[in-house]
Amino acid sequence: MILSVSWRNVWRSKTRSLVILFAIALGIFTGVFNYSFYNGMALQRIDSAISTEASHIQLHRKGYLENPEEKAFIKDAEQIALAIESEDSVKATCYRFIVQGMIQSPTTSTGVKVLGVNPEKEQNITNLHDKIIDGAYFEGISRNPVVIGKKLAEKLKLKVRSKLVISFADASGYISGASFRIAGIYETSNNVYDNSTVFVRTEDLNQLYGADIKAGHEVAVLLSHSDYVPIKQHELKAQYVDLDVKEWRELLPQVSMLESSLDISMYIFMIIILLALIFGIINTMLMAVLERTKELGMLMSIGMNKAKVFKMIMVETVFLSLIGGLVGIAMGIAVTLIFANSGIDISSVSEGFGAMGYDSIIYPVLLVKNVVDVVVMVFITGILAAIYPAIKALKLNPAEALRMNM
Amino acid sequence: MNVIETNNLTKTYNDSEVEVHAVQGIDLKIEEGEFTAIVGPSGCGKTTFLNMVGGLDQPTSGTVRVGDTYVNELKSSELIDFRLHNIGFVFQAYNLIPVLTARENVEFIMQLQGKDKKEREQRASNLLTEVGLGDRINSRPSRLSGGQQQRVAVARALASKPKFVLADEPTANLDSKSTETLLDMMEKLNKEENITFIFSTHDMRVVNKARRVIKLEDGKIISDERKS
Repeated sequence: MILSVSWRNVWRSKTRSLVILFAIALGIFTGVFNYSFYNGMALQRIDSAISTEASHIQLHRKGYLENPEEKAFIKDAEQIALAIESEDSVKATCYRFIVQGMIQSPTTSTGVKVLGVNPEKEQNITNLHDKIIDGAYFEGISRNPVVIGKKLAEKLKLKVRSKLVISFADASGYISGASFRIAGIYETSNNVYDNSTVFVRTEDLNQLYGADIKAGHEVAVLLSHSDYVPIKQHELKAQYVDLDVKEWRELLPQVSMLESSLDISMYIFMIIILLALIFGIINTMLMAVLERTKELGMLMSIGMNKAKVFKMIMVETVFLSLIGGLVGIAMGIAVTLIFANSGIDISSVSEGFGAMGYDSIIYPVLLVKNVVDVVVMVFITGILAAIYPAIKALKLNPAEALRMNM
Repeated sequence: MNVIETNNLTKTYNDSEVEVHAVQGIDLKIEEGEFTAIVGPSGCGKTTFLNMVGGLDQPTSGTVRVGDTYVNELKSSELIDFRLHNIGFVFQAYNLIPVLTARENVEFIMQLQGKDKKEREQRASNLLTEVGLGDRINSRPSRLSGGQQQRVAVARALASKPKFVLADEPTANLDSKSTETLLDMMEKLNKEENITFIFSTHDMRVVNKARRVIKLEDGKIISDERKS
């Protein structure tokens, strides 16, 4: 019956309860939706980092990542890529020859990272071919085709089929270069990447550099599921002891940090919201206790012990918190679902986000685990908020409480 | 057989600058089945005396014995349990739980005692019928008149099967008709079921019904009359 009394007490002062319920619901909704928005943003960034830039695992010559010298290539990169591709849980592999060079247009020049790729293999690993916004993916140009980013094309004032010159230091240390023609222009969510990375065919680049066509600086591995990354990395490390085997988190630590800090950020944000709400709940419950001083005095007089009085106030507060919390969570889920398909267009502010590699349309994502966490946090908030009003109630002297004129 | 016995019961309040001697050395014995009114002007110590007998207030000195138990020696938690199983309370302002129906109000105390649902429901319905509210058992207090609410309060006081019922100014908020109905009902319960009632009152209608009238003045008994 204590549960029933507590439940009915919540609705005793409807206006007061509805005001605090609205505040709780709004606060929790803000927290939940804020989380789903940033979660979607981060997951898209991670997905983009894996599918466009790093894949799941990469192999390099030891020390290459710290000091990316052109001569530090793997001679049998193609063979290694083929061998890994045949292993379990591997979806695709490719190898790339990478040089740092200068790209020149008739109007200007700039430094770029030139990736020599096998177009067919590359499209199994990255989604570069899907990111072409003008021209085609290594098609339409028979000799020395190049695919460059939109930002870079704008900077160099070049269009599809425009000619440009790429120059770099070859194997002998001499400046080598050739003219290329733009086959396609791509655009990813990462402006910095688009502005500094160009793709050519391995056969063209390796020949210019003076290396065998089967050589490459990195072997990229895409797995059938990201859960396999730790195991596969461990296996590859054992297999290729002379090479550096790194997963995407090590290759892109700033993106990895997003993944690890997201939950912490969400919890901190939610705790701040709940801390603000806790004072409102305490105030509401204190008023409820004050208004019912005489009734509480009566209950203690007729034999309701302190534990039961404490429980009654506690349950009432938890009810109040949970109702508001659950309404807020439901609102958060509903709004997340509404935008999960259509996305939220932040293009008006996406210049800055684009520089950090974020998409301009965010698709919010809410995980069941996080919803459960919020419910638990709201429950704990209810319990914490109940302690002070419940202690106030326990301190009442029944005889004095009965004499009060409320 | 004595239900209540007080010896040199004293209560002095030191809350203000002046000491207030609310009750001064009361020796009293109340036997089972009595229908007793404690009367006197406001501030004479009626409610303080009742509160000490009911274990709601601790005496400054002296003893209160209910049956074999010295109430003044019980700890706070023991007092709550003692009240639950031994004393029925009826208050001036009825003090029902507004969110519960009449039956639930009566059942509530039995639930605190740990009685099972079936027994609670049965006894609550019987008691409410006995006090003339058999047709209002599902009404909330706000739907009942003052007299009806006080009758629910009496049913609640009896629900725990107490050794005696303490009623503090039970008729103060009632009109004549409700007072008469309530007193007739309590007198009937007293005569037919031998329930001990102790009232604090300055209502002459209660005094006229009582079979024993104890007058207090300045915290002392100035007369103790038994009617034949």
